Amino acid sequence: MIEIKNITKTYTTGSIAFTALRGASFGVAKGEFVAIMGPSGSGKSTLMHIIGALDTPTSGSYTLDGKDVSALSEDELARVRREQIGFVFQTFNLLPRATVLRNVMLPLVYAGVPPLLREPRAAAALRSAGLGEEHFAHRSNEISGGQIQRVAIARALVNNPSLILADEPTGNLDSRTGEVVLGSFQRLHREGRTIILITHEQEVAEHAERIIHLKDGIIVSDAKVANRRIIQQ
Amino acid sequence: MTFSDILHETHSALSSNKVRSGLTTLGIVIGISSVIAMVSIGEGAKTQIQSSIEGLGSNLLTILPGVVQPGRGIVSSGRGSAQTLDTKDGDALAELDGLAGISPELSRRFQVAAQNGNNTNTTVNGVLASFLSVRNASLAAGDFLNDAANRRLGRDAVLGATVKTDLFGEEEAVGQTIRINKVNFRVIGVLAAKGGAGFSGPDDMVFVPLSTMQRLLAGVEYLSTVSLSVADKSRINEVKDAATSLLLARHRVSEPDFSIISQEDILGTLSQVVNTFTLFLASIASISLLVGGIGIMNMMLTTVTERTREIGLRKAIGATVRDIQLQFLAEAIVLTLVGGIIGVALGAGIALAVTRFGIVQTHVAFSSVALAFGVSAAIGLAFGYYPARRASQLNPIEALRYE
Repeated sequence: MIEIKNITKTYTTGSIAFTALRGASFGVAKGEFVAIMGPSGSGKSTLMHIIGALDTPTSGSYTLDGKDVSALSEDELARVRREQIGFVFQTFNLLPRATVLRNVMLPLVYAGVPPLLREPRAAAALRSAGLGEEHFAHRSNEISGGQIQRVAIARALVNNPSLILADEPTGNLDSRTGEVVLGSFQRLHREGRTIILITHEQEVAEHAERIIHLKDGIIVSDAKVANRRIIQQ
Repeated sequence: MTFSDILHETHSALSSNKVRSGLTTLGIVIGISSVIAMVSIGEGAKTQIQSSIEGLGSNLLTILPGVVQPGRGIVSSGRGSAQTLDTKDGDALAELDGLAGISPELSRRFQVAAQNGNNTNTTVNGVLASFLSVRNASLAAGDFLNDAANRRLGRDAVLGATVKTDLFGEEEAVGQTIRINKVNFRVIGVLAAKGGAGFSGPDDMVFVPLSTMQRLLAGVEYLSTVSLSVADKSRINEVKDAATSLLLARHRVSEPDFSIISQEDILGTLSQVVNTFTLFLASIASISLLVGGIGIMNMMLTTVTERTREIGLRKAIGATVRDIQLQFLAEAIVLTLVGGIIGVALGAGIALAVTRFGIVQTHVAFSSVALAFGVSAAIGLAFGYYPARRASQLNPIEALRYE
């Protein structure tokens, strides 16, 4: 489903060029749960931005669902993001002004879904992310960190994307709440979703089926997880 | 993104910081309301001047002795002292083509006393029966001076509305006797009030037969004014030229020793003065509107900076450049439109208060309201565009990282 071939990314600030990725290649099949690992400065954030269609590579190609994403314009990228990718970020997940339900409806607004269809779809996504209806009218400062991440997962799911991209989703959570969130990802994976998890923690990465290690802009290892951690629910 | 989505986002964003939105809107409110109030007062003053001048008789040409010097105006032209118009000029002018009527007049100020002890210093105007039709005046009571009274040096008088009140109050004036310059006159009529018209207004006048005025009161054969009423308004310049050449020939001069002023001239000059004044006030008011607009821009720029991460998030979940731009532009436009609506209401309120207190009969024109709305929307667009553009061009990655 995802084909990444020999991707490089060079940032130029003034006269100084910094190469964050030096030729990474890998593929992700439909329904896979992959973790991308690496210390800070390894290029994993850059890779995430490219996979998430937030950025384009300097060279190499990136195909998502058979479509080349590596040379699209800004608005075409926005279209890919809202139709094919669901994001879960580490921080700043929700609009503080809006209710939980409204937050989840937001991607539908930008995707041009008719207003009448939005609420049932957002409610369904929230329920499948494990959030009860009693929280729908709350604002993000009225719910816990774990619940915020579930809302974020619901928002990532609501457009029924081909790929869920999670950037350090447990980074701001205590380990128990983090487990609950990782459990949600595993359940989504069992339901057939494709998930890419970016993390710097080995423990977190071991909840995935496969780990790609990144160091200094190149892939140093790409292997199945031997002793996968499964969260029982 | 539908229209109602944009409204929803705008409402949520603006109401999350009510004090700031309110204060920013206040800038626009002050700007718009002062423009509306100023223009309404100006328009009101213009209409008032226009109607009082037209009330004196449209199609009117006024011939004054002496030259009205440019820059010195009509009032200070020394009329009354120049003695270049006489009764024979009046008779000759009456023969001109295209006249509906002619009213030769001689006026002087006298002390006028009633028998009840009241007295007033006012203009006594010697006129013919034609005055009524030429000067577009009408009677409130009694009769006007007739030609017979003029031929026999009659001592009849007709009072203007103000003079009648000054001398007799609510009392019946017709039939009473008044004393002008030691001569007794019998009041035979009272004119209806015309209002306004400080310039040669007939309200503050006493009318006596022209011949009586010339022989008994003033002792001169001259005229202080000849008013010509032209039958066809489109021919007013033609009549003016004919009157000019007639008087030039009669006086055997090459440069006019008289002045012919049409109501149009007076109207034009006064309108121009009022227009300039209105423009002056409106431009001061516009400056406050501009300052209000800059306030909007300032607030929007702050908002964009504050909401950088929100913008990044919106972009990450699929908002296009246009979506973001529309959202921020809508916020600026809603602020200015709300300010515009309140401003129009406030401005109209001020205009109404000015009318209520009797300063000027103001007139809130639909066009100025429409203009105010247009201007406030345009300010929203103009001052919201740059911040909105800045918001929409944020790099989503940078925006998400922004602390």
